[in-house]
Amino acid sequence: MTSLTRLLAVMRKEFRQLRRDRITFAMIVGIPVGQILLFGYAINFDVRNIRAAVADQADTQLSRQFVDELEQTQVMRVVARRATPDALVDLLRRGEISVGIHVPADFERRIIDPRRPAAQLLVDGADPTIAGIVKPLARMPLDFRDPPASPTAGRTLAVRTYYNPEGRTAVNVVPGLIGIILTLTMMLFTAVAIVREREHGNLELLINTPVSTTQLMVGKIVPYILIGLVQLALIAGVGRLLFDVPVRGSLLDLYVAAFVFIAANLALGLFISTVARTQFQAMQVTFFVLLPTILLSGFVFPFEGMPVLAQWLGELLPNTHFIRMTRGIMLREATLVELWPELVALVVFTAIAMTLAISRFSRRLD
Amino acid sequence: MGTDSDVAIEARGLTKRFGDLVAVDHLDLSVPRSRIYGFLGPNGSGKSTTIRMLCGLLTPTSGSASVLGVEIPADARLLKPRIGYMTQKFSLYGDLSVRENLEFIADIYAYPRARRDSRIATLLDTYDLADRDRQFASTLSGGQKQRLALAAAVLHEPELLLLDEPTSAVDPKSRRDFWASLFELADGGTTILVSTHYMDEAERCHRLAILDRGVKVADGSPTELQRQTGMSVMEVLATKPSHAQAALAGKTGVASVTQLGVRLRVLVPEAERDPRALVERLLRDAGIEADCNPVTPSLEDVFVAVTMTPADREAA
Repeated sequence: MTSLTRLLAVMRKEFRQLRRDRITFAMIVGIPVGQILLFGYAINFDVRNIRAAVADQADTQLSRQFVDELEQTQVMRVVARRATPDALVDLLRRGEISVGIHVPADFERRIIDPRRPAAQLLVDGADPTIAGIVKPLARMPLDFRDPPASPTAGRTLAVRTYYNPEGRTAVNVVPGLIGIILTLTMMLFTAVAIVREREHGNLELLINTPVSTTQLMVGKIVPYILIGLVQLALIAGVGRLLFDVPVRGSLLDLYVAAFVFIAANLALGLFISTVARTQFQAMQVTFFVLLPTILLSGFVFPFEGMPVLAQWLGELLPNTHFIRMTRGIMLREATLVELWPELVALVVFTAIAMTLAISRFSRRLD
Repeated sequence: MGTDSDVAIEARGLTKRFGDLVAVDHLDLSVPRSRIYGFLGPNGSGKSTTIRMLCGLLTPTSGSASVLGVEIPADARLLKPRIGYMTQKFSLYGDLSVRENLEFIADIYAYPRARRDSRIATLLDTYDLADRDRQFASTLSGGQKQRLALAAAVLHEPELLLLDEPTSAVDPKSRRDFWASLFELADGGTTILVSTHYMDEAERCHRLAILDRGVKVADGSPTELQRQTGMSVMEVLATKPSHAQAALAGKTGVASVTQLGVRLRVLVPEAERDPRALVERLLRDAGIEADCNPVTPSLEDVFVAVTMTPADREAA
């Protein structure tokens, strides 16, 4: 009973202080919404409307149809027409286009000849992303040839399988973004929590009262768990509204996963708080953890493609496990039962970080 | 509890080192219950370090102490609910109101909910904060902050109150009021250990220890200390006090000369049989006309006498 009174006292105090800290309060809402708008619109792996130019030396109905098909993929947008491939190279060199489409004069004959490519794509390889996206298009003429009797049917289908102009990347980014945003805000808030009290001298008073370390730590964490869940609702809501990101699985599963993930980050933040001596140090350590969280958790690069050592490091990060769960639940309609190893990993992480934080927290000044 | 129920704090050879620095050196201490016990000493004399060791915030390098019958630092946890501690720096929450701070402290000490609000009302009244209860603590004046800190420290009715230079940031009027509150608490049975570097505050304490560079150099009631200085004090009134000071300082038989306005206070070791004759002779030799009168030592004289380096004494 007395321990509950003390725990509630710490929580109430945190809430009151939080409510008055306008900048922090604004960050609680501002960071998730701002970041999702930024990431959702700016970080876009669906490269579309690449500037292209055409040199159609065949100039037949079929060749014009071919160029139209290319344009309809929305991968490229024809901004110029030239007479010769040399003119296309010239445009490429000057950076006015990234892709040149050369349709040779014998285009109609090439289509039915399986040994020769029907047309040529001239690609600016300086940006590997653009090159990577355009290259698959080069194989499109193959489908032109396969069913020579009705070439149109084959064409459209082939392009659609190669590239989805509907933009599945946003759908992939938002679930990962939930983890990044929660990591940033949760870890930052708690990392400075204990350090701030130490800097302001409050800690010397607190450790001289009967409040236990566990009451102090848990009391500091709980208000932020609630804030984290509110942030999740914000991100998922904005993702749904603006980017049409679905939550195909159970919303409850998503919240349970987020609850454990938030606890893991808060515990880590508290641990940082017991290591750092100043708020500035606490922030530096936070960003030291945040960078690998962005780069190694599978948010930016596919996890499977990373070197083994990086994968091991990635497995240590809470976000790696959380991203697997959010993508699973939101996109593949997976259930938590199916994703249990990830949930267990987060629970273990939280327990270790919290134990470390509590044991490292000194009730003495020396 | 403790066998010696009339002793609140008993320390034996308490020592604290920070690297090469000996902050507190073999301190023996006996603080009686329901009394105001003062630590007098300049900054860096080990007052704060001692107080922090006594409440378990710092681990002694060697030595031991028993506080309210509890062994320190081993059982410091048991002590926390029974002591109140006021830090040198204001350590309540600036972004909480006066009332919210007190509510927080009450709940942290698990003060009974039924009596909590009336207790807070009493404290607000006692410490003249009733009309400020909704004000953020950060916007209070120095004196108000200090009264709030004291209210928070005594809220749970501790048996022992440890105050670390509580009046260093307040005006004289606030200091006087503050001490009046301390006497009320002591009358109510609370033991108070208070550190200060103000002579007038030290003079108000029932008992007092003078600390100098980590060593306790004197210990007793203010009157006892004044009686036991081992010095005679002569007050010299001269038209040119600085000339008189130059004539006396460093001479054989003169321990120290302190100028207070137009007067000089001259400490002469008690071994000197006629201190007045000595001082008058020294002044005459220098051709200075002055009035010489023996006076009773003040606490400041005591302080000067006990914090003198051995070399100073030797010279005298």
